[in-house]
Amino acid sequence: MLKGYGEILFYLVLVVGFSLFALGLSHIIGRKTYSKEKLMPYECGVDPIGTARIRVSVKFYLIAMLFIVFDIESVFLYSFATVFKELGMLGLIEIVIFIVILVVGLVYAWGKGALEWE
Amino acid sequence: MTVNTILPEIVLTIAALVILLVDVWVKKKEILGYIALLGTAATLIVALQSLTDRGYSFSGMIVNDEYGLFFQLLFLAATFVVIFMSMHYFRENTQMLGEYYSLLLFAVLGMMFMVKAADLVMVFMGIETLSLAVYVLSGCLRDDRRSGEAALKYILLGAFATAFLLFGISLIFGVTGSTNLAAIANAVAAKNILGEPLLLLGMGLMLIGFGFKVSLVPFHMWTPDVYEGAPVPVTAFMAVGVKAAALAVFLRVFLMALPGLNDNWRPLLIVLSVLTMTVGNLIAISQENIKRMLAYSSIAHAGYLMIGMVAGGDSGVPSMLYYLVVYTFMNLGAFAVVMALGQKGEDNLEINDYSGIGSRYPILGFVMTVFMLSLAGIPPLSGFMGKFYLFSSAVKEGYVGLAVVGVVNSLISAYYYLRVTVMMYMRPSEKDIAPAPMRWSLVLALVITTFLTFQIGLFPSFYLELAKNSIFFLK
Repeated sequence: MLKGYGEILFYLVLVVGFSLFALGLSHIIGRKTYSKEKLMPYECGVDPIGTARIRVSVKFYLIAMLFIVFDIESVFLYSFATVFKELGMLGLIEIVIFIVILVVGLVYAWGKGALEWE
Repeated sequence: MTVNTILPEIVLTIAALVILLVDVWVKKKEILGYIALLGTAATLIVALQSLTDRGYSFSGMIVNDEYGLFFQLLFLAATFVVIFMSMHYFRENTQMLGEYYSLLLFAVLGMMFMVKAADLVMVFMGIETLSLAVYVLSGCLRDDRRSGEAALKYILLGAFATAFLLFGISLIFGVTGSTNLAAIANAVAAKNILGEPLLLLGMGLMLIGFGFKVSLVPFHMWTPDVYEGAPVPVTAFMAVGVKAAALAVFLRVFLMALPGLNDNWRPLLIVLSVLTMTVGNLIAISQENIKRMLAYSSIAHAGYLMIGMVAGGDSGVPSMLYYLVVYTFMNLGAFAVVMALGQKGEDNLEINDYSGIGSRYPILGFVMTVFMLSLAGIPPLSGFMGKFYLFSSAVKEGYVGLAVVGVVNSLISAYYYLRVTVMMYMRPSEKDIAPAPMRWSLVLALVITTFLTFQIGLFPSFYLELAKNSIFFLK
């Protein structure tokens, strides 16, 4: 019944085991210094100015969402490209429909002003 | 061509995309409602011809059968009424109209794929298409805090329930080696794994996932808050559309893929049905807000509908489908009246506000009385016939106790339904309510729902025959 899941269990044990091993090893043999500078939040090497918990403009989320949509599109296109020949004409038509739907989304977002920062 | 088998869905997708594009360029937003109506009508026409390509397609992902068509027609009819209601409701609030209509159509698209799904992956895709659209719809009054609260609650709890459903699906896939509904049933029978704990666990987790969508007690907590906060047309859509789609797919998955586990899920469903009816009805009694009352009433109705699923077979399932049709129109009608009395959409929602309506607005009062009596199950309205068939099928299949609980619950429910009627006719009006001028679209929605609430009850045979013919897949 559960045959075939043994590999997954093995992999799970391997992953957890290796993480514990790597972290533990550096914990044991690594040198520890606790200076004030080291415990500060890292901001590109510059001393931090003020708290990091500020309100992020909602526009960033909009851009991020659009980015993800078109990122996923390219993921699909890559997998499509690898089997392009086997799928033939029908596959091409299907992927074009897929892209057209996304283009409609882009036109909508553009028309609604989602791409403008102001 | 296999594309023919999803032609109705393609038409609906195109309509939704067209609305998005038109919304960008057109200033007069009223046209969007008409495009949505047109798209729904076109989908309906195409769907009526979809049975010429009966059978499986897309490598067993989609099945075209009478069962799917029955529900698709029900959804499209409900969508018409919801669009009519929306055209009245959003006449001032035009900020998000394009998104509203296209999301509504995308939600219907998810529902249409759900009832056509022959594979658990497709079931999941349909449920997500529906849910994501409805999460946004319930929050589409952007300036209303309660609407935002409803959307947030719905998406958090909905995501949680989806995880249960997916986990259940993955366990069943792990045990049977397939996600195809028919193949799962075959694997369960062939491998003789009825007692397999993982299979039972998978079934239980799926039951929780579906139970959330149908809002069975104890998975109902989100229902009143979301129904109260969402705009009225969206609430109406959720109460009939989302619930019917979830029930349809619930029924298909359990009867098609897990009929062998009958003895395991039937007792569970009996307990859930009794709990859902009783808790829903008892809490509805103490509600002062009409939307919350209707939310609890919809929970209780999910319990009644479960009776049909428990009874099963040739009488239980058709009577459940029949009751779903009845429930759809009487509930839509009740929400349409709520909307007619809400001035800017979300006013006059307390039940006390309904005092004196019967004498001041006799037609609205009469129509509301019809819906309330039908929901309570009083003859000759369709609610009575629906409950009659449900309970008699339970008695026929030997679940007399369940039928008795159902009848007792109908009696309890009569109290809070009739309370609205008593308010309308026997109390002097406390508040000066002047409903906003009614638009033809809302009048049409009221006429359609009132007519059907009478007609389905007085001439039930046509709908019963449809329901009986639609359960081919069980044989």
